[in-house]
Amino acid sequence: MEKKVKLLVVGGGPAGLAAAVAAKEAGITVGDILIMERDGELGGILNQCIHNGFGLHTFKEELTGPEYAARYAGKVCAAKIPYLLHTIVVDIRAEGETKYVTAMNKQEGLFTVEAHAVVLAMGCRERSRGALNIPGYRPAGIYSAGTAQRYVNMEGRMPGKEVVILGSGDIGLIMARRMTLEGAKVKLVAELMPYSGGLKRNIVQCLDDFGIPLKLSHTVVDIDGKERVKGVTVAAVDENRKPIAGTEEYISCDTLLLSCGLIPENELSAGLGVELNPVTSGPVVNESLETNVEGVFACGNVLHVHDLVDGVSEEAENAGRNAAAYIRRKRPGNGQEKEPWEEPEQAGAAEEAAGQGGSAKGAVIGIKTGEGVRYTVPSKLRLNYMQEEHVIRFRVGDVYQDAVLSVYFNDTPVMQIKKRVMAPGEMEQVKLRKTKLKDYPDLKEIRIAVEREEHG
Amino acid sequence: MEKGREAGPENATATAGEGKKRELVCIRCPIGCRITVEDIPDGTRRITGNTCNRGAEYAEKELTNPTRIVTSTVRLRGGKAAVVSVKTKGDIPKGKIMECMEAIKGVELEAPVRIGDVALADVAGTGVDIVVTKDVEASVSA
Repeated sequence: MEKKVKLLVVGGGPAGLAAAVAAKEAGITVGDILIMERDGELGGILNQCIHNGFGLHTFKEELTGPEYAARYAGKVCAAKIPYLLHTIVVDIRAEGETKYVTAMNKQEGLFTVEAHAVVLAMGCRERSRGALNIPGYRPAGIYSAGTAQRYVNMEGRMPGKEVVILGSGDIGLIMARRMTLEGAKVKLVAELMPYSGGLKRNIVQCLDDFGIPLKLSHTVVDIDGKERVKGVTVAAVDENRKPIAGTEEYISCDTLLLSCGLIPENELSAGLGVELNPVTSGPVVNESLETNVEGVFACGNVLHVHDLVDGVSEEAENAGRNAAAYIRRKRPGNGQEKEPWEEPEQAGAAEEAAGQGGSAKGAVIGIKTGEGVRYTVPSKLRLNYMQEEHVIRFRVGDVYQDAVLSVYFNDTPVMQIKKRVMAPGEMEQVKLRKTKLKDYPDLKEIRIAVEREEHG
Repeated sequence: MEKGREAGPENATATAGEGKKRELVCIRCPIGCRITVEDIPDGTRRITGNTCNRGAEYAEKELTNPTRIVTSTVRLRGGKAAVVSVKTKGDIPKGKIMECMEAIKGVELEAPVRIGDVALADVAGTGVDIVVTKDVEASVSA
């Protein structure tokens, strides 16, 4: 298979689909786009998320995961955007402005596609038992919550009858309800941290509705059973998250589900030389969601783990549009073949053509994390490429009650947003207006911080 | 040394003074507003903490007739997958959830199925239908 495309999208989940559709809508010819998906259908992990609550923001109605996926897969199919299923990308390499994407499938074997721009939309994966260092044998019956979700919801198999769940991430909470509905007894959800990692609504409708206990500041310290899980030992932990001797409690069960965090899947990105942020494990990106490798964009859970698919779609649409703009600016050739989507260059493009950065027009503003803010996406803004209203997404590092989100331009406070509750499990955002940034001609740094509310 | 504690339910009731005060977490959207409902001596309720109307609706309903959407799967014959996902088309009384699951258990559909197909009408006497939430094609064999 010898193929050249303008835009290659790695991953056919919600991020990849939304990016491809947005690129098409931004004028990239459909035949110049290619989506590669390793699973047998489009939609990614949404296909196993059969619960409802998706799309309130995007579609103003509450959809299940498969229904949300079908909306975007439908757009891709209606637009006739080409995609390859059962196709896994094994390597991406950049040589100048050209990217070489090597992939594999049953029909073609190993093959390489040349692309001008690449959107990374590989999603994330679950933290495994190995990464958690839980002692004990390795009996059957230990699953990540997402694996159990796939078995129950897509394959119609029940992983077990008596369940303990470690970690209170959303997938764990959702699976506590799902397993209960299917007749299993969920005995406990244990959470290492003193707060839940999932959305509050999921505590209410997945645990409280069914009387499933949640123990905060607890962890699994031992797994019993050689062939099959027979039980687990749960213990309370101190403020340093170390088990407290004497608090151990044995709970018999045949299944342990792990819902202990999601990690962006960036092996391909790392191989390509994309700079990764150690906090998110996702690429470091600018306002265009472009990585340090030019023409390579990232969006969705591969960039940073989202709570809501609506946020993924919105971010991915931006990545797709920005990739399209990049292709328009940098399209190789002498520009004789005018295409219908050829339009006047953006303000930023002329400056870029004139040379790399340096000019007063091409100011780069760093976004710094202040007290309480773990990371921001993006982490830098090029004023010329910024949208009129730009969303900065981030997470806080602790639970805050009645706190204030402060935004500083250099050292001047410019925004103060009161927040009743903030928690690490719920992504926050601030919107920056370009016009406001322009009022600060010497703006070098934007800082976002959490501060206690001042009284009096 | 802080000992691990058992988290109480998010939706709690406390009686203090003359008015009954209840704290709810709205489940209508992922924001999860913390809503306070206070009984006022004149028989009405004061609802605060919600950011939209859906929250007030939820609080009112949660205290009088709590309802939920139920999602599950049903078996599928001759399809590319062994099961297909379904949901209650509207919300059903919370107390009917397990009865609804029991009814869903007996359902088997024949592929192909389309989003919106009715898998089971009027589940557990709720007047609400169970509908398919995924398109699944028939398998190619035979």
